[in-house]
Amino acid sequence: MIEVKNLTKQYGSKVAVNNISFTVNEGEILGFLGPNGAGKSTTMNMLTGYISSTSGTATINGIDVLEDPIAAKMHIGYLPEKPPVYGDMTVNEYLRFVYELKKSKLPRESHLAEVRELVKINEVKNRLIRNLSKGYQQRVGFAQALVGNPGVLILDEPTVGLDPKQIIEIRTLIKKLGKHHTVILSSHILPEIQAVCDRIVVISSGSIVANDSTDALAKNLSADHKLVVRAEGNSEDIKKLLSSIPGMDRVYVNREAEPGVWEYYLEAAQGKDLRRDISKKLSSRNYPILMMKSNELSLEEIFLKLTTGDNYGGVDK
Amino acid sequence: MFAIMKRELLSYFTSPLGYVFVAVFYLFSGLFLFLFTLSNQSANMESVYTGMFFVMMIMIPILTMRLMAEENRQKTDQLLLTSPISLPRLVIGKFLSAFVILAICMLIFLVYGLVLSGFTSVNWAIILGNMFGMLLMGSVFIASGLFISTMTENQMIAAVGSIGLNIGFILVDSLASVMPVKFLQDIFYSLSFFGKYNEFTLGVFSLSNIFFFLSAIFIFIFLTVRVLEKRRWA
Repeated sequence: MIEVKNLTKQYGSKVAVNNISFTVNEGEILGFLGPNGAGKSTTMNMLTGYISSTSGTATINGIDVLEDPIAAKMHIGYLPEKPPVYGDMTVNEYLRFVYELKKSKLPRESHLAEVRELVKINEVKNRLIRNLSKGYQQRVGFAQALVGNPGVLILDEPTVGLDPKQIIEIRTLIKKLGKHHTVILSSHILPEIQAVCDRIVVISSGSIVANDSTDALAKNLSADHKLVVRAEGNSEDIKKLLSSIPGMDRVYVNREAEPGVWEYYLEAAQGKDLRRDISKKLSSRNYPILMMKSNELSLEEIFLKLTTGDNYGGVDK
Repeated sequence: MFAIMKRELLSYFTSPLGYVFVAVFYLFSGLFLFLFTLSNQSANMESVYTGMFFVMMIMIPILTMRLMAEENRQKTDQLLLTSPISLPRLVIGKFLSAFVILAICMLIFLVYGLVLSGFTSVNWAIILGNMFGMLLMGSVFIASGLFISTMTENQMIAAVGSIGLNIGFILVDSLASVMPVKFLQDIFYSLSFFGKYNEFTLGVFSLSNIFFFLSAIFIFIFLTVRVLEKRRWA
């Protein structure tokens, strides 16, 4: 379990991470989301003891990273943004080195074989790391984080440089590992976070702007009372008709989607579901509805909305 | 600590660097032995040892330049610094790897002793004492080279910087000779690495000199640890 309290990192007068707090429970996968330069890697480097914090504390399984770094690091597997692999070693040599470095007590060869199997690097185990492709190097870096079977995994953009098939494999692996480990995963690829994580922390310019479960985040910010409707017929007439529905706050004619078919953005009062009323009203005047969907924000839009403050995420007007 | 040392040694010998270093060391020491000792029909290796001071001064920075600089450049220091290992152990592991290479180099002097013993009687105590002196002096160069290597990401800068620092060690003597006050002169002479090393080559085996070299090694290892610590707190 990871506990972060009021963590701050300052470089001179520049505040890289500003007073952030969050908790990750055992068996939970936390997605760490933010644009480049938001402070994701800085936070991870502080959690793993690579750099110190200016103020605030980070504890891993109850051990303060700054007070007892060696004990804390025993529980951490860390995959930095650039996999820390040595080109002049073979995969096996490298993993044995990491095994010794982490002072693991597990039976060496069987444990390393297990790790190699998990990230699927068995077939390259005797090759020099510098001769491996970026995807394989990334996976060797991942393997390194798993050596010693640490309870906490901190993964900084683990799927960068992988092909789509490998990405899916790694995601499945992270999900599997997440059942028994505490995982923090950073990424700016939103579907990835959505697919893998139980909870999301969104960070922007060093501060947390959202911290919620993946579903709740999508729900709170999505606008199910906002609808997009396409209907055939005179747009002025339809606009008047729609506006006359009780509970309708705003009707906006967006554009002519097809000849004679206009697209409308509708905004009902909060929590009101007007879909049936709209359907009845328009069909009573023989205006066929060709499309109706709720203007639900995707994670991308939520993300933009949170990080840029743009209320409609650049989608609606 | 030994994991780090093993990795570095492996790396020295997967690249040509380790072999080339040992070969060039043997080449120079053999050349000096031939020029100063064998061709003079003498069993006195004093000049050989003096010559090796300068060889080590230039060559050891090449051995130490990549120790930390390469980690900094490849960001593999992230693995080392986030592993459950203390900074002093990390630094000592690095130091030991270069030390082992240097010790391998020193072994050649046993061979030289054997060669000489074929012609004349050899004082093994002096040969072993001198090997010990060279090993100490070389270790100071290793520690100072490691210190410089920690401060940069560039191997070339590390090498040139350490050679510069090593030249500084000798300049202490020249500075001492021009000091106007006897008191200052004494201070500078007492800091002279070359003078103390020379005492070894003359067959003087003094504890205070050994202590001096060990302190210098300790200081540079300590400074290296401080540099790593400082970076973390930056």
